[in-house]
Amino acid sequence: MAGQSENISRSELWGGNGSPFRISYGKQWMWMFLVSDALTFGGLLTAYGFARHQAPSWPIGEETFNAMPFLGNGYPLLYVALMTFILIVSSVTMVLAVEAGHRLDKKGVVKWLLLTVVGGLFFVGSQGWEWYHFIHGTHYGSILTPEGWAVVDYNTANELILRMGRGLTVTGAEAKALFDGATATMQGANLIENEYAPLVPQYANFFFFITGFHGFHVFSGVVFNFIILVNVIRGVYDKRGHYEMVEKVGLYWHFVDLVWVFVFTFFYLL
Amino acid sequence: MERDDLIQDNNYSVSANHDEAHGVAIRKKIWKVTGILTLITVIEVLIGAFIKQYDAAGEDNFLWPYVKIGFLVLTVVKAAYIVLIFMHLGDERKSFKWVILAPYILFIAYLIFICLAESTYWHEVFQGENSINP
Repeated sequence: MAGQSENISRSELWGGNGSPFRISYGKQWMWMFLVSDALTFGGLLTAYGFARHQAPSWPIGEETFNAMPFLGNGYPLLYVALMTFILIVSSVTMVLAVEAGHRLDKKGVVKWLLLTVVGGLFFVGSQGWEWYHFIHGTHYGSILTPEGWAVVDYNTANELILRMGRGLTVTGAEAKALFDGATATMQGANLIENEYAPLVPQYANFFFFITGFHGFHVFSGVVFNFIILVNVIRGVYDKRGHYEMVEKVGLYWHFVDLVWVFVFTFFYLL
Repeated sequence: MERDDLIQDNNYSVSANHDEAHGVAIRKKIWKVTGILTLITVIEVLIGAFIKQYDAAGEDNFLWPYVKIGFLVLTVVKAAYIVLIFMHLGDERKSFKWVILAPYILFIAYLIFICLAESTYWHEVFQGENSINP
């Protein structure tokens, strides 16, 4: 698809009468917008790194996010991996819609763009579930034992397990003694306190703000894609002779996927 | 006013329409990249689920710093595939590619450096040997 413009002389390229980048005005400024938006997300994630690097401790991703809808706990990172996969697939259907647009294949564009919208809705829904679960908290919450904060859990044999942080667990009589000596409890997460990291309340703030800001981008992307889908069905771009609008919203949609790749790494993996 | 979103000639390389034969090659590339992105995500999740940050005694796992670097490298590889292939930046003219990438990389590298340096200092203030916490 590239190459048609590679053999243009310098004087012709920069001599006016067209974009020296050989790119349309709309697409160029979509890119400029994406750069500025990427700086916003870069700033947010760097601020997250700042807070995390100076904190005494930080929750472990696979312990905080180990729940599946309908199945309960014990599935580390599985649900968020599924969400990531859904978003990647919706990015793929988007790029297929763009490709169909280059062939002026209206039916193909409608099919792939519709699938992209559905994938986006699935992702937003998953994020809603994830937030609900994060706010609601684990079944038993956290308690303040004489040896510090601990997350309360029970194994399949209904025996008490205390997760003391840094991957350490306490069980049996020792756990019972700590449990009875608890002086405070905490459940779920909000902007003031959270049971996942009782000593670093910023943890939940960053989670809400960054995944929320990303979720808002996904939601706007779904709306944009839907508007363009309606235009495609109405034949607006057929009449225009090219499907560049699909490509422009496609850029935005890929960008949303791109940001999620980083959010996934910093919030869930590291 | 003249509308510049109307593309009449084939001068805009990536926007130029292509035929079915060309489309087959592009779709093949798209599916290949899909496979790579999925594979990387699966590897990341498996590493995340099975390699622990701390060992049984609660000490730092000696593997973890390498795992961390590995995650960052895999993330950048994924990002590169999305930007260069899915967003077609690799197919744009070189001048445009660097207008987008160079300022961003420069600024973010600076921001990461300054934030890490500053937070290392704050870590020392709050949690270090001579911290202000009693």
